[in-house]
Amino acid sequence: MNNAIKLIALAAITLFAAIAANYARDLAYMVNAIVVMFVSGGLFIWVLRQTDDELVAIDKSGAYMDDVVKYGVIATALWGVVGFLVGVFIAFQLAFPALNFNWAEGMLNFGRLRPLHTSAVIFAFGGNALICTSFYIVQRTSAARLWGGNLAWFVFWGYNLFIVLAALSYVLGGSQSKEYAEPEWYIDLWLTVVWVAYLAVFLGTIIKRKEPHIYVANWFFLAFIVTVAMLHVVNNLSIPVSIWGGKSVQLFAGVQDAMTQWWYGHNAVGFFLTAGFLGMMYYFIPKQADRPVYSYKLSIIHFWALIFLYIWAGPHHLHYTALPDWASTLGMVFSIILWMPSWGGMINGLMTLSGAWDKLRTDPVLRMMVIAVGFYGMATFEGPMMSIRAVNSLSHYTDWTIGHVHSGALGWNGMITFGALYFLVPKLWNRERLYSLSLVNWHFWLATIGIVLYAASMWVSGIMEGLMWREVDANGFLVNSFADTVAAKFPMYVTRGLGGVMYLAGGVIMCVNLWLTVKAQPAVETEAGLVPAE
Amino acid sequence: MDTYSIFRQFADSWMLLALFLFFLGVIFWVFRPGSRKIHEDTAGIPFRHEKSPAGAEKKAKSAGKAALTEKEA
Repeated sequence: MNNAIKLIALAAITLFAAIAANYARDLAYMVNAIVVMFVSGGLFIWVLRQTDDELVAIDKSGAYMDDVVKYGVIATALWGVVGFLVGVFIAFQLAFPALNFNWAEGMLNFGRLRPLHTSAVIFAFGGNALICTSFYIVQRTSAARLWGGNLAWFVFWGYNLFIVLAALSYVLGGSQSKEYAEPEWYIDLWLTVVWVAYLAVFLGTIIKRKEPHIYVANWFFLAFIVTVAMLHVVNNLSIPVSIWGGKSVQLFAGVQDAMTQWWYGHNAVGFFLTAGFLGMMYYFIPKQADRPVYSYKLSIIHFWALIFLYIWAGPHHLHYTALPDWASTLGMVFSIILWMPSWGGMINGLMTLSGAWDKLRTDPVLRMMVIAVGFYGMATFEGPMMSIRAVNSLSHYTDWTIGHVHSGALGWNGMITFGALYFLVPKLWNRERLYSLSLVNWHFWLATIGIVLYAASMWVSGIMEGLMWREVDANGFLVNSFADTVAAKFPMYVTRGLGGVMYLAGGVIMCVNLWLTVKAQPAVETEAGLVPAE
Repeated sequence: MDTYSIFRQFADSWMLLALFLFFLGVIFWVFRPGSRKIHEDTAGIPFRHEKSPAGAEKKAKSAGKAALTEKEA
């Protein structure tokens, strides 16, 4: 019965996608429709082949659902390398414009690949990391198996389908031109469905928890899931021009649209890249350091202060625009206040090591997590400073912004995720230890030096170009043309690209190390008598 | 008054006050007497139930016992 409904639905989707591919008004929509057709058609066959199998009900409540976490770990590592690779390529495209190949018909130009890079690292690498770690953590801290059975699989595969659809769409020219919200309306709708399922799995597990209290990491994950749902829906309110095409018209216009976009954009940083990853920090650092978090009271205040303040900070992206002054001042003031909870969280993470600092010498995984928190502290100091209107008048539209984003993304999000992957792989695959700690060391230093090269070159380049843009002669004429600043930035662009190469090399080393951890070492016996029959 | 002004005035006054009081309430709640023990217990959550859910050990033991008695029989 259940399978009959599934088969009817999948057949209907396959048919609809085939019709959509036929009537498609643009290439991106057509290719996406073909992908959906093949995916749902394949699922149809898969379900059909299982339909007559006898159902054997196994009580799995005695084991955690870790297979979906394993898939998430693999997806995180692979998408990470893909995202870094695209990043390195577009960095060199900026330095050497000839890399925008003519034969690629514009599909591999900087303008198309840039959203591919940002979405690959934020949503594919970061998103998969958040989904798999939140599934791992919520089970351990609730002492309960994931709620909803195979719904967790739907979340994982559905989310990765969203990524594939979005990536194909960008390269083929489908974009609604909202930064970090580029996917067109039909991809947005699909993500909304997946996200509601994600919320249901996460919340369902928390509701059936066996621990009386909800551990702080879960508070951060829950805030991340709920807020991202709200941000995504409001920022993507739009009316499609046709059901057979990607183009849609935004509900808001002008400065209202800009404000909505940056309310979304900054809170994507605040809740996707900060709250969610703080959830990781509050679990993995105590686990790796083998001691509870420094102050649980501080973690509660950190949580409420962070979510109360972050939501207001968006307008600092719109200084000196049509946005009213009061609104951008509000954004600026809240950004500066935000410094305090950010550093409260940083102190909480770092001080968890008090009395165990010696572990930093011997444990490169812990070192990775700690430097992530260090970069979090640096980025959350730099950010409030750049939101001040006077500083922003110099920094905005320059490479300084790109440098700031990357010290946060590569330093904080990247390093804490690498730490989490190094923590998770031996545990999930029942291996005694990582294959090689010296490879972790190599990864650590390549990534750290890469970030330093990146951030430093972007500081120099950004401040230089900001100063060049505003330089006027004695008669009030601008001294430099725009092309002068582009020419002056060349050495910094090459340095930045090399920093990216180092970071990418570190990521590849990690993948090799994790692969060998699983393949080159024997499994240890599980302690629990129950072996999940999944 | 138009909708914007009504919302704006409400947001500027009562809502701001309510959110601020809620935030102060959280801080007082965190430092309430007797919270230390609860917080110490909660902070220890990551160090329990790492391998399997609560109650699973009992289930595993009883399953093992059942297997054992079968063998003996």
